Amino acid sequence: MSTTAPETPQAMTGDEGTIAIEMRNIRKAWPGVVANDNVSFTVQKGEIHALVGENGAGKSTLMNVLYGLLRPDAGEIYVNGKLAHISGPRDAIALGIGMVHQHFMLIPPLTVGENITLGREPVYNVDVFDTAKANANIRELSAQYGLAIDPSTRTSDLPVGLQQRVEILKVLYRGADILILDEPTGVLTPQETDDLFVVLRGLVKRGKTIIFITHKLREVLEISDNVTVLRRGKVVGHLVTKETNQEEIARMMVGRDVLLRVEKPPAKPGEPLLRVEHLNVTSEQGIPAVRDLSLEVRSGEILGIAGVEGNGQSELVEALAGTRQVVSGHIQIGDAAITNIGARKIRSAGMAHIPEDRRESGLVLNYSIADNLIFGHQRDDTFTWKGIMLRLQTIREWAERLIKQFDIRTPSPDIAARALSGGNQQKVVVARELSSKPKVLLAAQPTRGVDIGAIEFIHRQLVAERDSGAAILLVSAELDEVRSLSDRIAVMYEGRIVSFEPADATEERLGLLMTGGGQKQEHASA
Amino acid sequence: MQLIGQILHLLITPALWQTTLESGVLLLLPALGGVISERSGVVNIAMEGMMLTGAFAAVAVAEVTGNPWISTLVAIAAGGLMAVIHAVVSIRFRADQIISGVAINIFAFGITAFLNSKITNFQGFNPVKPSAQLPYLHIPILDKIPFFGPIFFDQNIIVYVGLFLLVAVQFMLFRTRLGLRIRAVGEHPQAADTAGINVYSIRYGSVIASGLLSGLAGAFLAIGITNVFNDGMTDGRGYIALAAMIFGKWTPIGSFVACLIFGLGTSIVANNSTLNVSRDLLSMLPYILTLVVLAGLVGKSIPPAADGQPYTPGSE
Repeated sequence: MSTTAPETPQAMTGDEGTIAIEMRNIRKAWPGVVANDNVSFTVQKGEIHALVGENGAGKSTLMNVLYGLLRPDAGEIYVNGKLAHISGPRDAIALGIGMVHQHFMLIPPLTVGENITLGREPVYNVDVFDTAKANANIRELSAQYGLAIDPSTRTSDLPVGLQQRVEILKVLYRGADILILDEPTGVLTPQETDDLFVVLRGLVKRGKTIIFITHKLREVLEISDNVTVLRRGKVVGHLVTKETNQEEIARMMVGRDVLLRVEKPPAKPGEPLLRVEHLNVTSEQGIPAVRDLSLEVRSGEILGIAGVEGNGQSELVEALAGTRQVVSGHIQIGDAAITNIGARKIRSAGMAHIPEDRRESGLVLNYSIADNLIFGHQRDDTFTWKGIMLRLQTIREWAERLIKQFDIRTPSPDIAARALSGGNQQKVVVARELSSKPKVLLAAQPTRGVDIGAIEFIHRQLVAERDSGAAILLVSAELDEVRSLSDRIAVMYEGRIVSFEPADATEERLGLLMTGGGQKQEHASA
Repeated sequence: MQLIGQILHLLITPALWQTTLESGVLLLLPALGGVISERSGVVNIAMEGMMLTGAFAAVAVAEVTGNPWISTLVAIAAGGLMAVIHAVVSIRFRADQIISGVAINIFAFGITAFLNSKITNFQGFNPVKPSAQLPYLHIPILDKIPFFGPIFFDQNIIVYVGLFLLVAVQFMLFRTRLGLRIRAVGEHPQAADTAGINVYSIRYGSVIASGLLSGLAGAFLAIGITNVFNDGMTDGRGYIALAAMIFGKWTPIGSFVACLIFGLGTSIVANNSTLNVSRDLLSMLPYILTLVVLAGLVGKSIPPAADGQPYTPGSE
């Protein structure tokens, strides 16, 4: 396969009758950004077509154009060979196009039946919602596609995997033949992902066409027939899945060779630096979130916490960082007890914290990059004169050094953090936290929403930090990340660590443990 | 002991409960409007101003035409017109809905006071003639039932209209397709939009409905109850209706219960002849109730998820 960008992309096989979607020369620009630059995109009937690219490559923009949520500045769309004018989701739905959004478009307080039928509700007596008929229709549809669901359940009571099933049913209920799925596996456990793939194959067998947006290369290879790669708003290649591999796709996405595996020498663990004993923490709602949890992270090792989100990982990290009250239990760094002594003292004791939500608690988005890079150190004599006046020159030099060292792509340290891309924002956080040379590093979702290029970089930084002797506690919803970075893995379920596993534990086993199944195993915890 | 006797005596006076229901429905109308508007995701604190505009229009038209029905229709339209302003500013121009609401309240107070002086040459409108007032319905025989008769069967016609609207809005919101769509738009406009629902038209309709209902309340107040126009005569009732809506957890029935509680406060002031408490102190009762309710009793009253958030298509 060639990796050069074809000038005029053309359909790969077949004639007009087999083409479901053809988008020609689509252009969509915002002030300062060209999200789609002359993009042409063709999907065959009955295939699963993967649309891949880094964040900001223009995948979602292209699909929002197809679904009528955005109007293109130029270009034409053909659906089943006919020129289509799509000026809103209503038009797209009428053409048989349905979209399952990355952030579910479900209304939590409504029932499954109400959510699925919304916009095409069965009614009697002019306008009275016909619950019985809605539920009957959905049961029929469920049976037809093998997607079991109870239509009278409140949507907010369903687990994420089933909510996604509701989304798919919603699209099918509208009679869609072409389904767009925008990063559908981002929120799923490995088992839920497998289930989804079974569902998708079943849909294709029943004649549906699927466009699958993702940046997970493994999934591309597993589920798709053809691949279109976008980079910076342009199509950089069409690939036949059978004839390609992860490295080739990654290279096209990023524009250079990317190391997909984390290269790390074996760990040389030293003495325990972070010790947690019988920790109990409650959630915002006052419900126990972390229950009797004990763990140890040694110098020079990365302990990865695997788990489905919402099983107490966030509360654990916050308790360790000192931003959440510990109910009972004991935490220490080296020999110093840090239980409930407050975030500031915990930092001075040698803890650094990459918070899970950089926009919420990692950065002050309206402040400059330089300011963001000294948060937590602003009281140091290096940066303030007698604790009163900021040493602006020093801060600036410090920022420039970190920007260079951590490859933060910005024209200047003075621009607001808000203006950076997600990956570069995350690099600011990582740079600041690692620059304090911590004994213990809490890394919560360190690469969430970050491009593969930046992921590679951040991973290398974390490994380097480990090798210089830090103890790292890694929490990630990405099982791949946990498996490739960690030296040991602790699986968390309902606030407890259900098992310590070796780094080479299989995905199946971890997935099972994460959902409360599987046999406990202790030998790796020593 | 004497005080308890006085209170008991007050509680068995039919007039107390008659006024409670009347004042309750007066608050219910704007509260219903608030429920519809906020369920669709547009915060409406401008009910006060819409009501005042309605009151002014009712009295002005009543003076000219002498016809209560025409006056009421014009009042409803006037309330609706103020709502159109709020809708355009907060939906089309995506302005802060609280600020838009405050601006409308101030504007309504100013324009009605100005027109009041200008049109009547500083004399003020005459009291509304009995023939131009909204009539009371005395339902024969039933109104003779002891105690309950005067309370339920001897009320202003708008009280019955209000009770009918209560049932209608409750049914509309929770049993009809329209209601489902209004709630969907107020909870998650993106989801509603992707389901093919026109977010803007639902929101425009809902905000304007709240203006129509507030305008009706203004007419009820000005040519049904007080029968005179004074500057700023709504006296915060739009805000109390807002509190009732929150207390009622954004449901019509719940709001009505809250309106009756506030109505009782008003009614005690109006009907107190036995309690030996300062009238000025008693007059504070509805407002104190409002504060108490908002601060404490409500507890976790959760508004529609997208309440107050302007919608921009294509954003996530």
